[in-house]
Amino acid sequence: MPLDSALPAIDIDADFWSLRFVDEATDSYVVRKNVALPFATSLDSGAMATVYVNGGYGYAATSDTSAGGLRRALARAREWAAVTARHAIADSRALPRPAPRGSYASPAAGSATLTRREWFDLLLAESRSVGDDPRIVDWELSVDVVRSTQRLVTSGGGDVVQRYRFLLPSASVTAHADGDTVVRTLNGYRGICQQGGEEILARFGFAGSARKIADEALELLSAPDCPSGAMDVLLAPDQMVLQIHESIGHPLELDRILGDERNFAGTSFVTADMFGSYRYGSDLLDITFDPTRGEELASYAFDDDGTRAEKTHLIRAGILMRPLGGSISQQRAGLPGVANARACSWNRPPIDRMANLNLEPGKSSFDDMVASIENGVYMQTNCSWSIDDSRNKFQFGCERGRMIRDGKLAEVVKRPNYRGISANFWRSLTHVGDASTLEVLGTPHCGKGEPSQVIRVGHASPACVFADVAVFGGDA
Amino acid sequence: MSGAADMQVYFSAIAAALDGALAGGERHAATFDAEETDFVRLNQGKVRQPGSVSQRYLGLRLIDGKRHAEHRQSLTGDLAKDIATAVASLASLRAALTDAHDDPHLNLPQAVASTTTTRNGSVPPSADVVERILAAAHGTDLVGLYAAGPVYRGFADSSGQRNWHAATTFNFQWSLYHRTDKAVKAGYAGFDWDDATFAAKMHEARAHLALVAQPARALEPGKYRVYLSPSAVDEIAGLLGWGAFSARALATQQSPLSRMENGERLDPRVTIREDTANGVAPSFQAEGFARPPSIPLVEHGALVGSLVSPRTAREFAMSANGANSYESPESFSMDAGELATADAMTALDDGLMIGNLHYLNYSDRNACRITGMTRFATFRVQHGRIVAPADVLRFDDSIFRMLGTNLEALTAERELLLSSETYGCRQMSSATVPGALLREMQFTL
Repeated sequence: MPLDSALPAIDIDADFWSLRFVDEATDSYVVRKNVALPFATSLDSGAMATVYVNGGYGYAATSDTSAGGLRRALARAREWAAVTARHAIADSRALPRPAPRGSYASPAAGSATLTRREWFDLLLAESRSVGDDPRIVDWELSVDVVRSTQRLVTSGGGDVVQRYRFLLPSASVTAHADGDTVVRTLNGYRGICQQGGEEILARFGFAGSARKIADEALELLSAPDCPSGAMDVLLAPDQMVLQIHESIGHPLELDRILGDERNFAGTSFVTADMFGSYRYGSDLLDITFDPTRGEELASYAFDDDGTRAEKTHLIRAGILMRPLGGSISQQRAGLPGVANARACSWNRPPIDRMANLNLEPGKSSFDDMVASIENGVYMQTNCSWSIDDSRNKFQFGCERGRMIRDGKLAEVVKRPNYRGISANFWRSLTHVGDASTLEVLGTPHCGKGEPSQVIRVGHASPACVFADVAVFGGDA
Repeated sequence: MSGAADMQVYFSAIAAALDGALAGGERHAATFDAEETDFVRLNQGKVRQPGSVSQRYLGLRLIDGKRHAEHRQSLTGDLAKDIATAVASLASLRAALTDAHDDPHLNLPQAVASTTTTRNGSVPPSADVVERILAAAHGTDLVGLYAAGPVYRGFADSSGQRNWHAATTFNFQWSLYHRTDKAVKAGYAGFDWDDATFAAKMHEARAHLALVAQPARALEPGKYRVYLSPSAVDEIAGLLGWGAFSARALATQQSPLSRMENGERLDPRVTIREDTANGVAPSFQAEGFARPPSIPLVEHGALVGSLVSPRTAREFAMSANGANSYESPESFSMDAGELATADAMTALDDGLMIGNLHYLNYSDRNACRITGMTRFATFRVQHGRIVAPADVLRFDDSIFRMLGTNLEALTAERELLLSSETYGCRQMSSATVPGALLREMQFTL
């Protein structure tokens, strides 16, 4: 795999070509109910060839990265570009031909990790701390350690190498009694996912977390269901990330607005004419595309089309400013965008994705936000998500709630759910938490695209308050 | 190297090399998954992203006593190089075993059951198919994905078991859009491309597009009589695949159908099975366990079985039945009912005809309450006739009501729906389901 070395000579009759190499190694450690599952590791290597010729565009992906394999992939990509040129939705002669130069490295990208034995010992210790309450029927601790190196070489002399290190710890506990089952996790399934080393564990209090969420699961078992009605909600960061992801991130993806996703993930209620004037949310809403926050999951220097990544406001003071669209979508739509053309691996082409999509912190302390609510509920940790194909009508559920009455946190409730409409919901944002309430989270499992791709996205958000939301509980 | 036979020989050579690289007392189990796929993405009746993906992966497990470790590795297609890689991986796993714990739930096949299934389809070159698609869609706003080519799955272990499953298929999923979110969804998938069949499906989609083009009606939330098309039922089946039939989820009270173990029932006409014999999934799973032709899951409304992975079998003293590690169906089958599909609109009389559902999730897993959206061709029906396309609605209702107390009829005809999922690789799974007529369904937004 030519990640550092010179490429073989490429001789192809094309307007533009690129080769994107990906080499990704993952070590997975899982302990379930005090039993270590077998150590699992993977190594995935390959290259994506892209070619522009005669106005057409084509790609070919191969795990054969020998000189012959790369030349065959480029030839196949060229063949696709040539044979479909007359049907191409965008004339590739008008597309940018990037020649980026640079590099990127995650925090702690080159540092050593724990040994296999140390990882298992750590997870086993956490697992055993759950205890032996018979109401705890299942629990699992895990961590994935991922190292990925990606290199993009373009025909115009571009050459970028980006080295990533990801850490994805997870913890969940399931409790059952009297016909009821509840699950409590540490910030959701894989909600803790950052770039960097083992310092991430301490950042989220991983040590001791299993006992804590076990206690919370047992507490939920005896808690009442969340009541129904219109009330204010205070959403914790591990629910805000889902709210941002589904009802801001996806609708702002320019390929959805251009219609590419309509057969699969869906379209968007956002249209091209809204940018620059549409009131997406209250004055308190500031949303940024920020690939510069080192520990956040989707930080990078260049996207997979070779566009340099910079922090950019997408929504400023509630007004929609620009979409999540990479260089090709920008050209097609005639709109400015960001560096978010991304592929999940070597075997899928780049499409418009979220990367780090953040809600900038405001001025309210957590206590101030609680004090502002006369009747409401504080919701933590997403566990259910559904939204329509235009990214408008949503319904989300959380693991844990606490009622708020007369400005004070009250009893714990289970199965807090709420529903709303994206186009209205963000306008009911009444308080944005300050930096002390902010958490840097994300998900490694954002699905989209034809062919489909699961990609890593980061979301940093403070806790936030929304007024007059339709809230309801379970169906016991 | 190309073709199913060549690929089988290639995998067999790697498996043989692994056999020879074992040390005393060690065992190995190897999986192979590969594909040579053309993907052509279409939008606005034009080509958005055409391309090809050639990939092959080896999954390798080394077992020594009660200890085992796993490695998955992309392969290059150069046999000598890939054998060297596989043998080196074996050595790495051997080192990993020194840190491994005994696994009390390790479960290996006790019998050698080798199989070979190869089904080569007749599919024209993808560039030719794209020309035919674009010609047939002329004048429409077509968006979708054409995927075609061979897919391979293999298993080999040091006991001498060899399993091979290869199929050359195509799968074209498309939508014809009228405007915004008003569209008709269609699909054509199989082993042998037939121009006449495709033309008929496109003709049908164009006819439905005319219905979608009528002025839409925004409906108030509430309860409606509903006819769910087989595609909509398939969406529900897909959600139930997320843990409902999992033996482990049932044993730990996490299945949304756990209440059925305490007597809760669906309508007596609901019978569900994992029907490998009539699906497209391999007859073996990733750890080499054979799949029986059929596994009853729900019979006449009662939960009678579950999908048991080898690991769950060992943990809960059950018998493994060929389930994957997620214990999700790969060949979902729901029995037909007695309502002729042609009579469905008349039987519905006044309500909603739902062509597709979208983005389903559990809103209360414990109660098997699910939520999701209507999508694509969903119509308001009055007096047995379509009167208008309906704007999207959110439903939130319990499976125990939808397929229980509120189930009025299942159609006599069923559809075999091949999975079009392409996460990581082209999936080899299917669902065979009828349409369903519901007395009422709860819509909330």
